[in-house]
Amino acid sequence: MEISTALVLNAIVAGLLLGGFYAAVSVGISISFGMLDVVNIAHPAFIILGSYVAYTVHERFGIDPIAVSLVASPLYFLLGMAIYRIYYLCFERRGQESLRGLAFFFGILFITEVTLLLIFGVDYRLVETSYSSTTLRLGVVDFPLRLVVPFAVSMAMVVGLQLFLARTFFGRAVLAVAQDQLALRLMAIDPVRIKEYAFALSIATAGVAGAFLIVIQPVQPAIGREYIGLVFAVCVLGGLGSIWGTLLGALILGLAESFTSTFFGPSWAPAVSFGTLLLALAFKPSGLLGR
Amino acid sequence: MKRLTVWLSATIALVLAASAQAQQPLKIGFGMSLTGPLAGNGKAALISMEIWKDDVNAKGGILGRKVEFVYYDDQTNPSTVPSIYNKLLDVDKVDLVVSGYGTNVIAPAMPIMMQRNMVFMSLFGLNVNSKFSYDRYFQIMPAGPEPAIDWSVGFFDVATSLNPKPQTVALVGADAEYPSLALEGARANVKRLGLKVVYDKSYPPNTVDFSPIVRAIQATNPDIVFLASYPPDSAGMVRAVNEVGLKTRIFGGGLVGPQFASLRTQLGPLLNGIVNFESYTPEVASKYPFLDQFLAKYQGRAIKEGVDPLGFYLPPYAYAMMQVLEQAIKATGSLDQGQLAEYMHKYEFDTFVGKVRFAKNGEWSIPRMLTVQYHGVAGNDLEQWMKAGNVTVLYPASYKTGDVKAPYQDNKK
Amino acid sequence: MRNRVFAPITLAVAIAVIAAGHFVANDYFLSAAYTVLQFVVLATAWNILGGYTGYVNFGSAAFFAVGAYTTVFLHKWLHAPLIAMIVAGTLVAGLLGLAVGYLTLRMRGVFFAIATLALAVVLNTFVVNWDYVGGARGAYIILPREVPFGLPRYIHLLYAAMALMVAFALIVARAIQTSVIGRGLAAIRDDEVAAECSGVPTLRLKLFSAAVSGALMGMAGTTLPLYLSYVEPSAAFNLSYAVNSIAMPLIGGMTSWLGPLIGAVLLGTVQQVVQVTVSSAWNLLIVGVLLVVFVTVAPNGIIGWVEALRRRAR
Repeated sequence: MEISTALVLNAIVAGLLLGGFYAAVSVGISISFGMLDVVNIAHPAFIILGSYVAYTVHERFGIDPIAVSLVASPLYFLLGMAIYRIYYLCFERRGQESLRGLAFFFGILFITEVTLLLIFGVDYRLVETSYSSTTLRLGVVDFPLRLVVPFAVSMAMVVGLQLFLARTFFGRAVLAVAQDQLALRLMAIDPVRIKEYAFALSIATAGVAGAFLIVIQPVQPAIGREYIGLVFAVCVLGGLGSIWGTLLGALILGLAESFTSTFFGPSWAPAVSFGTLLLALAFKPSGLLGR
Repeated sequence: MKRLTVWLSATIALVLAASAQAQQPLKIGFGMSLTGPLAGNGKAALISMEIWKDDVNAKGGILGRKVEFVYYDDQTNPSTVPSIYNKLLDVDKVDLVVSGYGTNVIAPAMPIMMQRNMVFMSLFGLNVNSKFSYDRYFQIMPAGPEPAIDWSVGFFDVATSLNPKPQTVALVGADAEYPSLALEGARANVKRLGLKVVYDKSYPPNTVDFSPIVRAIQATNPDIVFLASYPPDSAGMVRAVNEVGLKTRIFGGGLVGPQFASLRTQLGPLLNGIVNFESYTPEVASKYPFLDQFLAKYQGRAIKEGVDPLGFYLPPYAYAMMQVLEQAIKATGSLDQGQLAEYMHKYEFDTFVGKVRFAKNGEWSIPRMLTVQYHGVAGNDLEQWMKAGNVTVLYPASYKTGDVKAPYQDNKK
Repeated sequence: MRNRVFAPITLAVAIAVIAAGHFVANDYFLSAAYTVLQFVVLATAWNILGGYTGYVNFGSAAFFAVGAYTTVFLHKWLHAPLIAMIVAGTLVAGLLGLAVGYLTLRMRGVFFAIATLALAVVLNTFVVNWDYVGGARGAYIILPREVPFGLPRYIHLLYAAMALMVAFALIVARAIQTSVIGRGLAAIRDDEVAAECSGVPTLRLKLFSAAVSGALMGMAGTTLPLYLSYVEPSAAFNLSYAVNSIAMPLIGGMTSWLGPLIGAVLLGTVQQVVQVTVSSAWNLLIVGVLLVVFVTVAPNGIIGWVEALRRRAR
């Protein structure tokens, strides 16, 4: 294989675009797991749910799936609030260890998957948007819009989230609730409410990310399971609780996958990604940008 | 007088017993993928088999007995298979068994079949019997006596017919059971034809972005690109190939997916120029007598049950599989597994997919997988695929409807 | 009851179970029982690290698959006898548990969980790319024509082996639970920092726990290739093993050796029954619903629930 600059440049771009997508699917975990200590292993199920919602509305009305999911995000938010309520009432309030919460979310994961299966069946679903087949070309580098558009919206979402958490009162309350709940109470803020909203936010990001997923690749209900490892890997690699960390972790994993696929052999890409994670865990468990 | 009474009662008893036996349904048991990754095909196969059952029972059943199915969902999970087939044989006491769909669920059932000496008619598993060498195994997939190799023989035959003869080959496929086997067979063909392999890698099935892979392939400048894939990655690779603008003389070979309505409508014109395998296409309908009646019935049911509405890939063969068994039972007049096996090895069968004859290892004696090229696909509607016009059959010679158009990048219309 | 008494009783029960199976002319019962017993071993193994020590292992499938693929490897290389393959698979998986533990057990439990997840993916990729054991193509294990010990069919041997493994796993689990080690593990589970301060050798105990847990999980997987005659990565690394190995101890009760046994027998039997009756996606739904129900209503599993009833009755 002749290693040309074009090949390298394209590998970098493809890796970054992929990483942007990975950031979108993982940023919710950064909030729910990194800041709230909720092991929401059902996160991918909500991504898939978002995919199917986007798919259904697109098929029926022809509206762009990403637009659909952005409009639907308040609904995902409400769903997240409801789920957190149940979780809180059954587990956190009783002071149970996170294992029970984990099992609860495992149950949710399967129930969601099966419900989607029963409604939509097992066939793969795909959407063709107006930009799905367009590829921009800048010199020798390709920018397929199928990846660029989700990347752009994802970046906006991630940056927006970070600004929201760092600059607004609510956002800082979320960061505070991870550090010191008592202090928060003393300031007359209900930490449970804050956590509820934060968790709802994480589910909303999952729903939106679902639209990205179905624009990029075919979706069927069981696909969620393949993302469980990835979303936690991205967050842990980047550092739990840090949105920038999640973004960095996602980009690194995207690049690693792209380079391995291009130059060594796509088969090894998962090993490289998760091997990187294992090494990071062994030597710097707090992650790249973690505290 | 006493002797007459005894004689009469004995006769009456015998007749009653015989008719009681005749009332007992003929049970055929199997596992089928109704959930899990291959469920789309599993459900399509089940519909086809049920249509066969209704057809047969409408004509009075087999050997005067009504045909009944006993089946369980194997979830496309091999570890369910031994229990399922043990239950079918030990508890449900079925008369006959057939397999589920795909090597994953056929292989684990083999030891049980071999222990009980059952005839095992199987549905589309690539090269399962090569390790077991079981003489009562039969395969309805029209791959040929050496399935893994015969699978791609048509593709490479067409490829090497190009002028000037191509020299270099890129082999790529998913890290899953069927694609790995297909690639293995492709390597054998490549070696036989003296071609040079410039790229030979596989990818994880859940890869999200295939463009790095396609770029790496392009960087080796292959004349031929052979891809073995399942529906999700078939879609991903086809899109990536179009995005990157792959330039090669011939592309395709082993994509599972473009045979189905969902991918045909979703990918539409992106399929143009690709050379692939099909098990049936309307262009050669004349070689498949009565198949259109079956397809009409199938399509009606499939649409209602949310399964592939075209039914060109698995359904004709699932039906043919049952036809073979039906004819064998009727010809031997019994359900004795040994007699059935002997009959099936010896004779030819007349089915909706044409004449079927088995080789010694249970595979087809003559390959009949069609090598085709897609062309003229416009838009994403399904109607254009229901009739002839988008597909040229290139191989085997007796089914050929046209010549291949190369290079790939010039024929994407 | 002292372990000296428990062990022979358990073995006797196992032998009785094997003998009972022999008289059942029904291979279906044997293959269904094989699967359920396999889950008992897997659940018991998981519980040693998960229930006793409080470290959640997401990658049970990795250790299970290591056991399965060691069998494939030895079968292909040496045509090794069954007992050798079982022992080898157990040892290799145990070493893996030790290695993973050494890498990750020094940090918060949740990182161990994620590391096991990553491990499963890395091992899966490794096996997929390892041609000798078949890679993605899968490996065929052709069973010998004659079944050892004069048993009628191979499934009898597998059933017997699995029953003995269950006995072994239960004996080990109970021995750990009632010993000094078990108390140390419980201390770690309740409050690791306090345990460390009280002089409990936490790292050593955790490594021991991880190694034993991994070894038993591998042991559960060693006979899978012989049961299926065909193994490929997605079957061996199936998520259902990971989920069930967590769900079963949770449902049964995680503080005692009895919990995983109850949970596995219950959930495993339900799954087997559903498979041949309702027989579709409902199987997964049932696991999901049972998980949610048990975890909300009976957080200490069936054992905890029974104990609560007993306490109320007093």
